[in-house]
Amino acid sequence: MALLEINNLHAYYGNIHALKGISLTVEEGEIVSLIGGNGAGKTTTLRSISGLIPPKPGAITLGGEDLSQYKAHHLVGKGVAMVPEGRGVFAKLTVLENLEMGAFHRTDKEGIASDLEKIYKLFPRLAERKKQLAGTMSGGEQQMLAMGRAMMSRPNLLLLDEPSMGLAPVLVEAIFDTVTEINKTGTTVLLVEQNAHMALQVAHRGYVLQTGAIVLSDSAKELQRNPMVQKAYLGIE
Amino acid sequence: MSQRFKEIDFIGVFLWVFRAVIIVLVIYGTVAKLFLGVGNTYTVEIWVDFLISGLSQGSLYALIALGYTMVYGILFMINFAHGEFFMSGAITSTVLVAAYLSASGFMDSQPVISLLVITAVAITTSISVALLTERIAYRPLRRAPRLVPLITAIGASFFWQYFFRGLFGSALIPFPVPEALQGRWTILGLEFLRTRVVVMATTIIALVSLYLFIQRTKTGKAIRAVAEDKDVAALMGINVDRTVSITFAIGAAMAGVAGVLWGLVFRQVHFYMGFVPGIKAFTAAVFGGIGSIPGAALGGLLLGVIEAVGPPLFLEGLGIAGAHQLKDVIAFTMLVLVLIFRPQGLIGEKLAEKKA
Repeated sequence: MALLEINNLHAYYGNIHALKGISLTVEEGEIVSLIGGNGAGKTTTLRSISGLIPPKPGAITLGGEDLSQYKAHHLVGKGVAMVPEGRGVFAKLTVLENLEMGAFHRTDKEGIASDLEKIYKLFPRLAERKKQLAGTMSGGEQQMLAMGRAMMSRPNLLLLDEPSMGLAPVLVEAIFDTVTEINKTGTTVLLVEQNAHMALQVAHRGYVLQTGAIVLSDSAKELQRNPMVQKAYLGIE
Repeated sequence: MSQRFKEIDFIGVFLWVFRAVIIVLVIYGTVAKLFLGVGNTYTVEIWVDFLISGLSQGSLYALIALGYTMVYGILFMINFAHGEFFMSGAITSTVLVAAYLSASGFMDSQPVISLLVITAVAITTSISVALLTERIAYRPLRRAPRLVPLITAIGASFFWQYFFRGLFGSALIPFPVPEALQGRWTILGLEFLRTRVVVMATTIIALVSLYLFIQRTKTGKAIRAVAEDKDVAALMGINVDRTVSITFAIGAAMAGVAGVLWGLVFRQVHFYMGFVPGIKAFTAAVFGGIGSIPGAALGGLLLGVIEAVGPPLFLEGLGIAGAHQLKDVIAFTMLVLVLIFRPQGLIGEKLAEKKA
């Protein structure tokens, strides 16, 4: 059984039909990339999974369990963590407080402390800036903080929304290296990206989303070779 | 285009003149009073007394202002029913508890226990009223345009006023002050009305504990997180609705404490007593910078002091008779001035930066 299964998911913003019945699966241990242009419905998909947009019953299941019965704040307890678009760090909280918020639902003090050490090892920059307000950090550092904060919840499934947005190329590389590293420690990743080049490099499989519908799905290697993907998303003629 | 520039320029000039006139009036009044001997002459002791009464009154404003500022911080909404949270605690604890404690003589023999019991009842009432209001009137409007909850708050305010009028009547109800708190204490060579000392000490304790709660505890951090971004806070597993309720409850608890202190100072409570202090505390919150907790405290204290010292100082200096009756004018002139010249308040951030 797949870890995450999306079956005929629809979403609306007022009169706009943002998701027109998409279906996808994410297996345990995979990195799956969802690529597509602006307004294709990538963020909407992630917001539906994390409960910020209530899905229809049965549309989204996690480990066989229907997610529509839960509110957004229950999902982190189900093992789903999300790094939202634009990083969403709490600007007026310190780095440490942001990380603590990631572990909000947990009560195991020792586990939290040891996870904090792990995050600091993964992102040494965060350890240096523990006491600093998150809003005063650079975009790259905030992205690290948002990912570290999500990892503090010990997720089974990590949802990443445009982690490369607004970052310098060298930082983008570093962020995607970290995604691979996080995945190797056993966290399944669903990655949404406009930067299809990077997204397909780290992913095992990929889906292509166009105006609210999935038009292609294949292994990441095959997608990289697909002429349509090359033309539309990789800039190769 | 040039037409528009002229208009802006005219308003700009008008505002500068307005600002200059106010400053000149205040300075002229102060100089006339202190050096030219216009109006009554006061001794230093009387000036100190003005200052102390201002600080004590300001403490009450500060306690009430916290509720405005915390709710604004988390929901971006001005809760105009907050004055009623204050009134409900004061009036209920007076009628149901204080009156009996006083009549039985227990209040004079055990003043500390009595006041603690009265305060507990006041806090409980204020919190219940606040939670009911939030759950019934505000929560369904969470995603409505900002004007809608504002109007609803005004409606809720009227509802609670007349609800408590129906319960306890429209007469002034005396608040019994225990013998131990009547008269004055001499501290550091200065004479203080005992009730004012209690007011100031309680306010300091309340402010410090609130600050520590918000900064240090998990719930306090959750409140700050929800204030910044509700969606992301929910992703962290924070129950946003519950956190909003807790914020209302904390603000109401402060208002409940303020209600009892108000009773001690003014010795009477009334179903309409929440209106003016509510608006004044709102002024204080805006003055300090709405959304900021230290701002509410500072704004409250400053408002109290300016209200107390301003009339005898510069209003009398301008030759205005019965100046002390004009303290409300000073308070609301300040609100207007702050809104025109420094809408972000003394230590607040610019409102435009806030996400609606």
